[in-house]
Amino acid sequence: MLSFVAQRVVKGVIVLLAIVVLNFFLIRLAPGDPAVVMAGEAGASDQIFVKQLREKFGLDKPLPEQLFIYVKGVVTLDLGFSFRQQAPVSKLILERLPATLLLTLTAFAISLMLGVLFGSFAARFAGTFLDTGITVFALIFYAMPIFWVALMGILLFSVTFDWLPSFGYETVGANLTGLAHAVDVAKHLIMPAMTLGLFFMATYTRMTRASMLEVKRLDFVKTARAKGLSDAVIQRRHVLRNALLPVVTLAGVHSGTLIGGAVITETVFAWPGIGRLMYDALLQRDYNLLLGVFVICSAMVLIFNLITDLVYRLVDPRIEFAS
Amino acid sequence: MLRSPSGVIGLIILLLAIGIAVFGPMLFPNSPWRMVQRPFLPPFTLSTVPLGTDALGRDVFAGMIFGARVSLLVGLVSTLVALVVGVPIGAMAGYFGGKVDDALMRFTEFFQTIPSFALAIVLVAILQPSIYSIVASIAVVSWPPVARLVRGEVLSLRTREYVQAAVVTGQSNTWIILREILPNALSPVIVLASLMVATAILLESSLAFLGLGDPNLISWGYMVGAGRTVIRQAWWITVFPGVAILISVLGLNLIGEGLNDALNPRLSREGR
Repeated sequence: MLSFVAQRVVKGVIVLLAIVVLNFFLIRLAPGDPAVVMAGEAGASDQIFVKQLREKFGLDKPLPEQLFIYVKGVVTLDLGFSFRQQAPVSKLILERLPATLLLTLTAFAISLMLGVLFGSFAARFAGTFLDTGITVFALIFYAMPIFWVALMGILLFSVTFDWLPSFGYETVGANLTGLAHAVDVAKHLIMPAMTLGLFFMATYTRMTRASMLEVKRLDFVKTARAKGLSDAVIQRRHVLRNALLPVVTLAGVHSGTLIGGAVITETVFAWPGIGRLMYDALLQRDYNLLLGVFVICSAMVLIFNLITDLVYRLVDPRIEFAS
Repeated sequence: MLRSPSGVIGLIILLLAIGIAVFGPMLFPNSPWRMVQRPFLPPFTLSTVPLGTDALGRDVFAGMIFGARVSLLVGLVSTLVALVVGVPIGAMAGYFGGKVDDALMRFTEFFQTIPSFALAIVLVAILQPSIYSIVASIAVVSWPPVARLVRGEVLSLRTREYVQAAVVTGQSNTWIILREILPNALSPVIVLASLMVATAILLESSLAFLGLGDPNLISWGYMVGAGRTVIRQAWWITVFPGVAILISVLGLNLIGEGLNDALNPRLSREGR
């Protein structure tokens, strides 16, 4: 178990380093001389300042040395400086990270719970109207662009019914504390989390349904039935448990998509997370910040994949930890 | 394929969308960029502007029709490019095995680990938004599943007797891969490709929504993005293009399912 975890962590670190190197070359692909771009972002473009910048960031050194400096910087959590926001990139990201984690994890929990619930209902009543209804809804949600779901949510629940706030993390200027503050944040969280969760809920519904129908035909289910167990017990304890394995795998694969969805959701709802930060960086063509967020997103995906890998092995004792 | 009702519905939707993309602009020559009426004209009030106008008085219906071109074109071309990259990589990995396989699969896994939408955003932003950079970025983030699928297929086909017969008769590796193996590995690739077109359309619309569309081409995602700030006054600017995206993506997913049922009866239960 420990050696497995160590192995996966080492592999993850190597991939992350590769992403950092890719990042380095992407920055150099950005239009214009980086020093001139930075000078422009800082609002000055005279020759002396550009030269100073070149020296400060080692841009006058040969490429391999520059790469070394960049990687060393990232390892010590120095992701560069955002001239637009006048702050170090890592500080900007750390400030925004909790909001993104709150949003993505809530969305993930909602989508997994509802997806498995609807999927198992559809499988339990396969071929009935309930099954058809769930399947059709899952197909439709699966085809909706996230940004559009977000806007339709605002149109319906904020504009028409006025039930939920349409933007932000908390009510500005309310200065709430304790429970009242938590309720306020939760109110703001519902719509973004549902928006982001809906697409994944559709995926998990389809997956759970398909997987349960597959398991249902296996021999041990027939045995359970022959033993005289009730249908509900068979579905819950025999079928669902085994059918969840592919769903867990899918959850790991989806972590990257979840982050991508967060960029859009946070943009529409003005949710103060790193997705919104990425959008702001994009609008201002703040490449340092943009690529900093990109590295952190990749790191988050790697960590999430590691966790699902471990969960997978815990859920299914047949898979051994030693590889 | 024609026996599955969902596949037929999907096919009808796709043919309609292609028809609109190809012939629509000839039948409705209103430019989607030109001001044709007063701004914020609600839908269903004037027959010449059936879906109303946006904040600049531009015809929403014209935008929908011209947008179909961009969505379908980007979806199809980027999928083709992804296939051109992914199929050879997967085929070589599966056919040669050993170190080649290891190296190519590590490379593929690396691209699969990177959050795809974030990478697409970064690529389009750095290469500057244009139809070429958008197609390239979508292709870059969507080829890995193709490579993995093809590798798996080739791996199982490689040991078949007819392949060994070809080896014995002294055929070159390229010939064996192209003529003996790949044609037999095609059906799951076709299924995946139809689903990839759907994902590519969603990706393109998301990029355009964030302002990373080709500035010279109107697209559904751009329209929703432009209508976003005025959603309280004019719901129709965001609602209609979104419905268009939804229907096209739904159609392609249905085709994918229909093809899956028809080509891989064994896999059809597994979903995606």
